Amino acid sequence: MATNEAAAIVPHEEPNPALLHHFVTEEQQKNAASLGMWLFLAQEVMFFGGMFCAYLVYRYKYFGDFGSASQTLNIWYGAINTAVLLCSSLTVVLAVRAAQLNKRKALTMWLVFTILLGLVFLGVKGIEYKEKFENHHVPGPSFAYHGTVPSHPDQQVNPRHAEIYFSLYFAMTGMHALHMIIGVGLFGTLAVWAWRGKYSANYYTPIENAGLYWHFVDIVWIYLFPLLYLIDRHR
Amino acid sequence: MATAVPVDVTERETYLNSGYGIKSWLLTRDHKRIAILYLLSVTLFFFIGGFFALLIRLELLTPAGDLVQSDTYNKLFTMHGQVMVFFFLIPAVPAVLGNFLIPIMIGARDLAFPRINLLSWYLYIAGGLLMVYTILAGGVDTGWTFYTPLSTEFLKTDVITAAIAIFIAGFSSILTGLNFIVTIHRMRAPGMTWDRLPLFVWSHYATSIIQVLGTPVVAITLVLVALERLLHLGIFNPALGGDPLLFQHLFWFYSHPAVYIMILPGMGIVSEIVCCFSRKRIFGYKAMALAVLAIAVLGFLVWAHHMFVAGISVYSALVFSLLSYFVAVPSAVKVFNWTSTMYKGSITYQTPMLYAFGFIGLFTIGGLTGLFLACLGIDVHVTDTYFVVAHFHYVMVGGMVLAYLAGLHFWWPKITGRMYPEGWGKLAALIVFIGFNLTFFPQFILGYMGMPRRYHAYPAEFQVLNVLSTAGATILAVGYLLPMVYFVWSIRYGKPAPANPWNAAGLEWQVPSPPPTSNFEEQPIVTWEAYNYEELGEIPDQQEVPVGH
Repeated sequence: MATNEAAAIVPHEEPNPALLHHFVTEEQQKNAASLGMWLFLAQEVMFFGGMFCAYLVYRYKYFGDFGSASQTLNIWYGAINTAVLLCSSLTVVLAVRAAQLNKRKALTMWLVFTILLGLVFLGVKGIEYKEKFENHHVPGPSFAYHGTVPSHPDQQVNPRHAEIYFSLYFAMTGMHALHMIIGVGLFGTLAVWAWRGKYSANYYTPIENAGLYWHFVDIVWIYLFPLLYLIDRHR
Repeated sequence: MATAVPVDVTERETYLNSGYGIKSWLLTRDHKRIAILYLLSVTLFFFIGGFFALLIRLELLTPAGDLVQSDTYNKLFTMHGQVMVFFFLIPAVPAVLGNFLIPIMIGARDLAFPRINLLSWYLYIAGGLLMVYTILAGGVDTGWTFYTPLSTEFLKTDVITAAIAIFIAGFSSILTGLNFIVTIHRMRAPGMTWDRLPLFVWSHYATSIIQVLGTPVVAITLVLVALERLLHLGIFNPALGGDPLLFQHLFWFYSHPAVYIMILPGMGIVSEIVCCFSRKRIFGYKAMALAVLAIAVLGFLVWAHHMFVAGISVYSALVFSLLSYFVAVPSAVKVFNWTSTMYKGSITYQTPMLYAFGFIGLFTIGGLTGLFLACLGIDVHVTDTYFVVAHFHYVMVGGMVLAYLAGLHFWWPKITGRMYPEGWGKLAALIVFIGFNLTFFPQFILGYMGMPRRYHAYPAEFQVLNVLSTAGATILAVGYLLPMVYFVWSIRYGKPAPANPWNAAGLEWQVPSPPPTSNFEEQPIVTWEAYNYEELGEIPDQQEVPVGH
């Protein structure tokens, strides 16, 4: 067995120019990059997990106040953005497929589509944030909230508790949007390199890894949408 | 295979002479050079943190507040803690020794992601510079724990920059851990199976899991603290409907496992050294490997034992108390197996072994007093007293720092190609041991008598023990400065080191000292178990380098 593996380390006759000096085979390099990305995503899960944990604690503690505050969000913005993000995950997958098939133009095109969808998401988010500013729903000195607990219409919502909802809303969607912006920048760079022909069926790890990252950002939104927009829509 | 031929250091190509310009260091992707960059920077932060410790001990020499008043004292212990924990204890062993040794130990040419490795160092430096800025701009006085709402509402100091500094350093730590896990999974040489890995590598694997899964939680928590302070949010502020206990939960979810980030790599070092200087295979290899993993996993389940008096429910306190006791099981496996490894071994008493002895004894005391604190009844009595301070210094200083010094001495010949002066090494080890115990043992008694931590003044009856502790700290400082001096001295005047001065097992001893840039001229193929000391024989007689040579 050892001799077989030793034979595998004899350099190829024409080494792939993308093979870095400290790796023995292309497969080893690809596996390393892939595992590295998955670990990075595990780290990201814990990073967002801190905020999800805080959300859980306060949702339990200020149940009615969160329900009321959630109703102020525009469900259409959230739904449109969910659809936009799901489509962008599809375009990423198509980009990876195009790379596997050596289709340079299709790869670039799908990456550009992904960027555009990402920008649409961020634009809608911007409109939402603007409305929050106008309605004094941004936590801080000018925060104001008037509303009643949905299940007990005679009970006023404590503005402090609603403010915590909006603090978490801005922290979570803001951190998510930051990840989107980084993703858009990432795909912008990859699109330029893809156009120049850096990626092929032999080497498309960066596309695949950026795709994994994008799917993760997508999944975070899949959780944020119901937790922030849908918690009190059953009435 | 290139083995023990001590060629003239100036002729053979090594990682040290492959380039001399400042760029060849600051833009290097060689894990060995990055390890040296880390060595220099963590040493700097160790002495910054140590300087604050000395000021604390000087103030505590007398019961009255004569050197500093309470505001300054708050800053001193805060910055001592933050600098030591985040800029020395957590990065030191992984980023210096782990970085240098892991690729060589597993037969790889570098870590899996050399550029990310360099990025980690730059992040560490960016965080470090921001920390230094915070110190120069007046310092912080939150305590190293950033407890809210004190940190978010009441203090006037630069809490935000300190939080950002630690946030950035945290990502340095995450990337180091990520790099190690991928390297250990994907870069092992043919034949280097999981059950042939040196325990040093296993312990870094366990450490890296904590770094990757724990650090992001404290990172986002510090972001929320900074936002809360900046925008007056109420997430952790009870006056605004927030819950300060939530902050403590999130903070300790990382900061308890962080203690194991500090100690696990030290355990790896001690395993290597105990085997080498007993000339024996490790006792219970699999149990030792599983024990570090068990400590890493259990470490995630015990955080609330820092909060027994903070207002958590009695029932959850009971569960966390029980789980904390469980950590004692794998910890005891480590200690018993080191002891069993030494049983009937041919023990020699070189400097690394002296530090390893110190580690085992002091870690045992630190661990056992941890059980006192896991016990609900005793914890109520000694919470926030010097008993706690003494306990965690026995683990962090008596454990981690001694292991780090042990590792530095053990691998110094490999890293620099020079032997350190053995006589001075033994003397320094002795001074560190005496100084450490004199500093911290009195603090157990002080704490049990009821002296609270974090006060600059105290009743007169505590003075004798405090004077002993301050005297010990002075001796300890001498013990730390001595290796600084003779290590630097040895780089120029030390005896050139052979490839394997200790006749030790492990791939790192089969490459020349210092190693060439590519580590191995040809890919090694491993056909032997770890710690095959019965095949290696005795340690060659090291001629003592006369002091002042």
